[in-house]
Amino acid sequence: MATETREKVREILDEPGAPVIIFDHVKLAFDEKVILRDVSFTVIKGHTKIILGASGSGKSTALKIIVGLLRSDDGVVWVNGQRVDQLNERQLMSVRDDLGMIFQEGALFDSLTVRENVGYKLYEESDLPIEEIDRRVSEVLGFIGLGEHIDKMPSELSGGQRRRVAIARAMAFKPRIMLYDEATTGLDPITANTVNDEVIKLRDLEGVSSIIVTHQLRDAFYVATHMAIRDAAGHVQIVPATPEKEREAEFIMLREGLIVFEGDADALRAAKDPYILEFLS
Amino acid sequence: MIALLERWTKNAALQVQQYVALVVAAIAGAFSRPFYYHDVVEQFDVIGVGSLTVVLLTGFFTGAALASQGGLTLDKFGGRPVVGQLVSASMIRELGPVLAGLMLVGRVGSGIAAELGSMVVTDQINALRALGTDPIRKLVVPRMLAGTLMAPILTIMSDFVGIVGGWIVSRYQLQVASGLYWSAVTRALYMQDTWMGVIKPLILGFVIVTIACHVGLRTSGGTQGVGKSTTLAVVAGSVAVIAVDFFVTQLLIQLLY
Repeated sequence: MATETREKVREILDEPGAPVIIFDHVKLAFDEKVILRDVSFTVIKGHTKIILGASGSGKSTALKIIVGLLRSDDGVVWVNGQRVDQLNERQLMSVRDDLGMIFQEGALFDSLTVRENVGYKLYEESDLPIEEIDRRVSEVLGFIGLGEHIDKMPSELSGGQRRRVAIARAMAFKPRIMLYDEATTGLDPITANTVNDEVIKLRDLEGVSSIIVTHQLRDAFYVATHMAIRDAAGHVQIVPATPEKEREAEFIMLREGLIVFEGDADALRAAKDPYILEFLS
Repeated sequence: MIALLERWTKNAALQVQQYVALVVAAIAGAFSRPFYYHDVVEQFDVIGVGSLTVVLLTGFFTGAALASQGGLTLDKFGGRPVVGQLVSASMIRELGPVLAGLMLVGRVGSGIAAELGSMVVTDQINALRALGTDPIRKLVVPRMLAGTLMAPILTIMSDFVGIVGGWIVSRYQLQVASGLYWSAVTRALYMQDTWMGVIKPLILGFVIVTIACHVGLRTSGGTQGVGKSTTLAVVAGSVAVIAVDFFVTQLLIQLLY
């Protein structure tokens, strides 16, 4: 019966427009401090959800609840048809197999090389042959353009390169959902764009659903208004998004643990709320 | 004042609860899959081989000082020839385990707390979990196994080097014949002493490493927090070594003698 249900869920999730993440009336407080008051949103398969908000508004907390690193006080969280708010640490491992998370500052393992970082999950948590893992690591590093740094230590890389290696580590095991926690914070605009381009490429060329947490408006709009295409020669290009593609990126603005805006890039630009206007200015 | 006491008590109870939970999870992790063999071997090298120099040096000088001091006291009773008994019994039953334990706290406990603490504040522990790895199995179990099993080995080596240190002082400073010294060393030892000299470091190694892991994994507050955790691991570990040594000694005396 359980197998039948899982099959059914898988079939539903395979269809276009399926909800891969549902965040339903989630609440969380640490002692007296309320982080999330009542937050609900849905991420559709292949779409992008961009969560904006000032520091301390609960953006990163929402991501940690989705991965199961934090447990909500109330509300329901579905990821790929599984209620993560009810799973224990061991059960969460199967949910995490389909989730890639990029942490603030990258959170690379500083005692491991780039190769070991990128292939970490495959080397440590899978039974794949080493040659196959090495091939996948080289392929992923090639995808993000850091193939020549494979044997370096994280401390030898620049800030932007470290973030891109973190993206490579998260995508190496081919998750269908990526969560970016302030992936471009602290980077200069040019370096930030190299990271943004990887986010766009993963979404448009690999069909990955994404949640992007940021307070960098420039990067948020860049990801929402651009798309990746592969030309006839097989080269990847980042070009302005079509209106349909733009609508697949939805913004959420959090303020003191509540959603104060939800809509696409055009709706955000047209918003009249004083807080949003101040945030956008 | 009462509120402060209440908060302190609650916090202490929480720490104990979390420590016990960590220990239970680590012991369960040592006997079930996944098991990270590579990390276990690495930790045996880091904790065991890496601590060898400091433990041996401590043992050597302690044994030498013990013989020197013991010789002075024994002279009052004309007992200089039995200085070997004093050195071996003191080293194997008490000083070897405790001093090796304290050295392990300083070298291994502080290192573990600093390493795990840094991993916590830089989100590496969360990254491990997000990548499907249980940090207790990956980080705590290998350290716990290495600390528990290497501490007795290090202590035995420290005891031996201490007795050798005592022999050098006895032979060249106290002018005790080598044969007399070594026969006194073996005469003073009983099987119960050997058991005590092995069981105590086994327990102390376990306590030192699990306390350091617990403190490291509870780190918060950035680099300053890492510093605090390192200090706490050394202080709590040192006190625990002395206290646990006392209670285990009482227990073993009841059981073995």
